[in-house]
Amino acid sequence: MVEAGFFYLFAGLAVIAGLGVVLSRNTVHSVMFLILCFFNAAGLFFLLDAEFIGIILILIYVGAVMVLFMFVVMMLEVNFARLREGFLRYLPAGGMIVLVLFIEIIAAASSGQFSPEGSPNPGHMAQQVNNTAEIGKILYTRYLLGFEVAAVILLVALVGAVVLTLRARKDARYQNISRQVNVHPEDRLRKVKM
Amino acid sequence: MVPLSSYLAVAACLFSVGVVGLFLNRKNVIIILMCIELILLAVNINFAAFSHFLRDIGGQVFIFFVLTVAASEVAVGLAILVAFYRNRRSIETEDINTLQG
Repeated sequence: MVEAGFFYLFAGLAVIAGLGVVLSRNTVHSVMFLILCFFNAAGLFFLLDAEFIGIILILIYVGAVMVLFMFVVMMLEVNFARLREGFLRYLPAGGMIVLVLFIEIIAAASSGQFSPEGSPNPGHMAQQVNNTAEIGKILYTRYLLGFEVAAVILLVALVGAVVLTLRARKDARYQNISRQVNVHPEDRLRKVKM
Repeated sequence: MVPLSSYLAVAACLFSVGVVGLFLNRKNVIIILMCIELILLAVNINFAAFSHFLRDIGGQVFIFFVLTVAASEVAVGLAILVAFYRNRRSIETEDINTLQG
């Protein structure tokens, strides 16, 4: 009973915050609504015994990615009101597509294929089951290749973001390290006969 | 106990909101990126729900991978946006139609 109450609280707030992301006039408010949405989704993950993922969502998403969004929104000096012109122009077409998509997904979800008869509700894990340890066990054995690929993807994204935003100043003076190291004494010193 | 179909319904709602946001905010690249985040979040909720109800922790590992890809996508996307803004002083999608070097 308590669990159902918390489920409806988190689910309702997540959907409302998602609508806020899409509909709010100010982009800063959109970012704030997205943060609220991520917090509520983390609550849903806690209800699903996925504590590690919930904490990751709060720490990495709210702590890093959303701060990055906020940074960019505040750094760029853009007239966001102008970006909202033609806001409702694509609503009929988009609304139709999304409505059909939504009805299809709901029909599939409530078709009975995923109902308690199909998979009995197993209840919650025991108190002493350590979710982080369980994920670690399977992540470093069966999904080791995927883990390494994820690490490489993060490295590529890191280097790519730095390269894209790095701007070398034309008028600044830099040292040419390899020329400094490879210099010969003859290049610098000239002996003259007196 | 909350049944699996309720979690799937929540994920469907978030997914639809994200897709409709893509249609409504076609000009604002930042909001488009945020809508992609919403869509990926809906996918993650589906993964977590199936992971819990099928008692298979592999779903949570895949949430981890999805989060990794989403984070790198946001980092590179915002970097491209900042680089574009430096050149054109604008982030409208209509202006992003010339790709000459």
